Amino acid sequence: MKTELSGSHAGGSITETSAADAVNDIVMAGNKSKGGRPYFLEDPAVERVLNISMAIAADLAVLHERLDTIERLLEAKGHLKRAEIEAYVPDDAAAEERQAWHARFSARILRIVQQEVEAVANPENNVPMRTIADEINEM
Amino acid sequence: MSYQLPPVWTKLQQHAVFPEFNHDERARYNFLANLNRFVSTVIAPGNKLAYDRRVEPNFKKEHGRGFADRFEVGEAMKQDPVYQMWAALRRSTMEMRQQNGRAVVLRQAKQLASKVAEELKGSDSLQLNDDFRVPPYLTHVDNHLMPGSYHTEYFPGDVSNAANYDSGLFVTSGGMLGSLTDGGGRAIAAWVKETYPDFHPTRILDIGCGLGHNTLPIAQAFPEAEVIGIDAGAPMLRYGAARAHALGIQNVKFIQADAANMNEFTDESFDWVQTTMFLHETGGKSIHTIFGEIKRVLKNGGLNLHIEQPQYTPQMSMYEQFMRDWDAYYNAEPYWGHMHDLEPADLMVEAGVPKDKFMQVGVKAINDLDKKKQDGKVTEDYGRSPIWNVFGGWKSAGK
Repeated sequence: MKTELSGSHAGGSITETSAADAVNDIVMAGNKSKGGRPYFLEDPAVERVLNISMAIAADLAVLHERLDTIERLLEAKGHLKRAEIEAYVPDDAAAEERQAWHARFSARILRIVQQEVEAVANPENNVPMRTIADEINEM
Repeated sequence: MSYQLPPVWTKLQQHAVFPEFNHDERARYNFLANLNRFVSTVIAPGNKLAYDRRVEPNFKKEHGRGFADRFEVGEAMKQDPVYQMWAALRRSTMEMRQQNGRAVVLRQAKQLASKVAEELKGSDSLQLNDDFRVPPYLTHVDNHLMPGSYHTEYFPGDVSNAANYDSGLFVTSGGMLGSLTDGGGRAIAAWVKETYPDFHPTRILDIGCGLGHNTLPIAQAFPEAEVIGIDAGAPMLRYGAARAHALGIQNVKFIQADAANMNEFTDESFDWVQTTMFLHETGGKSIHTIFGEIKRVLKNGGLNLHIEQPQYTPQMSMYEQFMRDWDAYYNAEPYWGHMHDLEPADLMVEAGVPKDKFMQVGVKAINDLDKKKQDGKVTEDYGRSPIWNVFGGWKSAGK
């Protein structure tokens, strides 16, 4: 796999004549089109995060469709019935493990919000790092 | 469920030169089609609500008058959070669609080029011009945010951008154009046959044919005619010729030519000259040269038709003009706005059609997919709905 931006058409050349093997599909798939990119939200940083979130949402949907395929194939081959999945009730130990997974998942995706709350709760822990650096220099 | 689901991507008819899609790549397009549907039917109507309930009233309160033009509407809408989020999402879906499609075709670019070359072996349906100069209005922009647009080849014989276009238009249009994305061509062919049953063209020119989505239905509807599609993009023509061959359509040729200088064709050599969603991708000066060339190559008494989006007229609300203009700036079709400000009857005069012979009708895509997926109300999705304006006329019989 080549890592340089081979084949990127940035620079305005009309025709790329690099060999087919030099096509860097991973990078070129996301090449920017010509013209300045518009940002619609007041803060471009928010729009940047929105775009990353939508790409992750896309692949969550892809994963869901893949799981659905697996379930249907397993059912077709007689390995399970999807109704069993719908009716599945975990025993106490499994339920506990699953709830803990959900809790950790929630904590992962809301980490930044949790930390903002902690910042409000503990104002003494919000000293700018430059100040701390100067303080430590005196310690 | 009253919510109208878009058809799954696998309804798109595959042919011998179609790129191979794996499971997740197909799922990615299914997600995008559904995301587009949700954004256009649930979120986009919020724009009109915001406009009616606060954007326009606030503007009137502040300025003591209404909006003067669509650009003022745009400046005011840009401040509204509903519009901001809708626009940010729509732009995001377009960029994702490009990246997803490109990821599929670029990883198999070499194989696609070989498949196309194999399909075209022994065929004379493709004519490329090594000295061809791509018109500046095409090299200046990447139409529809397609990096490299229609003309870029990443290596000799490449068809990547065409294969990407072929696979993804179904997603952008929510499958509303049918299993071969040819709803526009089918509509115009059916309309011409029904309206002019005695018209038997023997030579038809489709200008800006791309990969021939809308050229092939015309060739199928008029099997006695020789149909010629011209385009500037070699990858599109290559892929289009191979696709037509793979679909078993014989009476069509794909020729690399500049619409503004069609010296490949002699005067008065076509019975029918067609363009489909092409004019808004030209340029402000070239469009007039193109109409002059249409006049030259069209036979006296011949038919000239153009499928486009509706023109902006004083009767069209400024809000609608603004919404239709969105694609011009944010989906990289910058001539769209200026083109739709032109008076089509004037353009047709340039093509040799007198004003009293000018005609204009609305057509809706003919979609061969599941009836349930296309009947019923279509939510207006300015510039994306499968409903178009057709204008044109018959060239004067005498000189």
